[in-house]
Amino acid sequence: MRDAMPKWADLVLIPLVSLVLAFGLSALVILAIGEDPVAAVRMMVSGALGSTYAWGYTLYYATNFIFTGLAVAVAFQARLFNIGGEGQAMLGGLGVALICLSLPWPHWALALPAAALGAALFGAAWAAVPAWLQATRGSHIVITTIMFNFIAAAVLNYLLVNVMRPIGSMDPATAKFPSGTHLPSLHDLLAPFGIAFSRAAPANITFLIAIAACVLVWLIVWRTRLGYEIRAYGQSEPAAIYAGIRPVRIVMAAMLISGALAGLMAVNNVMGEAERLVLNAVEGAGFIGIAVALMGRSHPFGVFLAALLFGFLYQGGAELALWTDIPRELIVVIQALVILFTGALDNMVRMPLERLFLALRRGRA
Amino acid sequence: MDFATVLQILDSTVRLATPLLLACLAGLFSERAGIFDIGLEGKMLASAFFSAAVAAVTGSVWLGLGAGIAASLVMAAIHGAASISFRGNQLISGVAINFLAAGLTVVIAQTWFSQGGRTPSLIGAARFEPITLPLAETLQPVPILGPIYHELISGHTLPVYLAFALVPVSWWVLYHTRFGLRLRAVGESPEALDTAGVSVVATRYAAVAICGVLCGIAGAYLATALQAGFVKDMTAGRGFIALAALIFAKWRPWQALGATLLFGFLQAIALRYQNIDLGGVVVPVQVMDALPYVLTVVILAGFVGRAIPPRAGGEPYVKER
Repeated sequence: MRDAMPKWADLVLIPLVSLVLAFGLSALVILAIGEDPVAAVRMMVSGALGSTYAWGYTLYYATNFIFTGLAVAVAFQARLFNIGGEGQAMLGGLGVALICLSLPWPHWALALPAAALGAALFGAAWAAVPAWLQATRGSHIVITTIMFNFIAAAVLNYLLVNVMRPIGSMDPATAKFPSGTHLPSLHDLLAPFGIAFSRAAPANITFLIAIAACVLVWLIVWRTRLGYEIRAYGQSEPAAIYAGIRPVRIVMAAMLISGALAGLMAVNNVMGEAERLVLNAVEGAGFIGIAVALMGRSHPFGVFLAALLFGFLYQGGAELALWTDIPRELIVVIQALVILFTGALDNMVRMPLERLFLALRRGRA
Repeated sequence: MDFATVLQILDSTVRLATPLLLACLAGLFSERAGIFDIGLEGKMLASAFFSAAVAAVTGSVWLGLGAGIAASLVMAAIHGAASISFRGNQLISGVAINFLAAGLTVVIAQTWFSQGGRTPSLIGAARFEPITLPLAETLQPVPILGPIYHELISGHTLPVYLAFALVPVSWWVLYHTRFGLRLRAVGESPEALDTAGVSVVATRYAAVAICGVLCGIAGAYLATALQAGFVKDMTAGRGFIALAALIFAKWRPWQALGATLLFGFLQAIALRYQNIDLGGVVVPVQVMDALPYVLTVVILAGFVGRAIPPRAGGEPYVKER
């Protein structure tokens, strides 16, 4: 059967139409609560892109979403739905905190690789149990990763309240990390080039690591044997097994990579921004990764663009909440609509477009 | 621990198990028909807000209940359209519904009431009042049984009794009616049902609608009976605990009652005690919080009695194949 649509329509047009639908409905929500959507968009653009300070926040959020988006995307390639990015990122934060607090780090250049390794290992470890249960016992990975999100929250809560809280502190949080773990911000990185970037914004060197992660994921998934096996398994499990691909290995590999990527997010938010581990440090970024991966069609470049978009929405939404009566939760609504249209209602957008393309082709023939 | 304390904990178990039980039965109908539903949480949350909002404005808990069920049904309709008509991914649709409810309830609450995403506190007829069963006062002096009847069985709100009554009703509908047979069949082997000339689409929509109504009652109970008004994210993961209970119960109604009572009991213990001293070993409260999820993973892993979901669950039905 020939594809009904050219490839560009599948990759670009459908996500764009879904996005337009999601934004259209969000505009209606803004109208319904008595605000002006055009003014809201203008305020979001200036609040998220209007200054280097605004860009600093947008890129900071985008960095989080690149990692969690990549995590979901890699699992999607093996047709696994990892809802556990939230829990894996929480555990990644624990890994970062343990490493940053365990040694008197002399310089960030030493602390960063160690902390990144800790974040990735802890994140991967938290994904390992659901992955193993899926691979060997057939326990549905969606349910187990949801359960592991809640278990992670309880574990973190226990550790921060009972174990890692400094003596005399009331806050359920760890001590502040030593100054040797302070990561250079974009301000520090761009200053040598004579580019003035806001000193106060939290975007930091992790943004570059996130870009590197995109390239690395692309290399792994499309340029290695393992990546080929992951995609083959995702396309057709029986065909992959027939070709001698071992499902247990693929499920484990895809989920460990996915968990490690989600865990790496902690380098940005725990080490780069808060510089200590607090309760609920992830703030739902693990779930936004689902929207980012769906929107980005599970491709690293798509994830990068979608993460920038959500970084913009997140920072713009915070500005809206600050200056208007539109609550921050409007972003959650937009996020839900993006997931709904690009994920669950994909066929609703796809079917009429396919019919349109078929009609056009017939008209030409 | 004295008798009165035990009774209090059990009483609180019943109250906390009720929303779990309603949501669990809701998930039971949906998943038995082959529609996975991880959006129980979102449907409950939508209902909790709209029931509290309408009850606060009209002063009538019954109108609130109706609004809650309607809101939950709208969410169920979206889920149904996505997973039945458009053959989309049911899990992704469920995720979307959870976020949609989490976002919309706060946005609308802030617009309508301007109280930081809450509704005003409900008083009087805007809430479900406790019902004192006949002779509860008279029988109270009877040793053991009197207090049990007075404290534990009597004095709950209407949705509590309704939830417990729905267990045998669900069992009867699922296993002893034609509709129940079809509903179970559509979750195991939709092509068989199709061959027999029964509409797969209609049966699945019916199951999703029942799920919506039950989640609606669960949400309304949370906001108008268990608590007095809506607060942001007030479902607090109950939809997921209900999902866990559903797996724990292996998709069967009586076992759902047992599982939700167990998880309700854990919540009641966690609510009452911060840390539990079991003869030298202190169990932190977080263990109670995590236990339902850990138990579910253990059950899912199949080490203690394997949980096997309905065979056609999660698969959209394509007729021409």
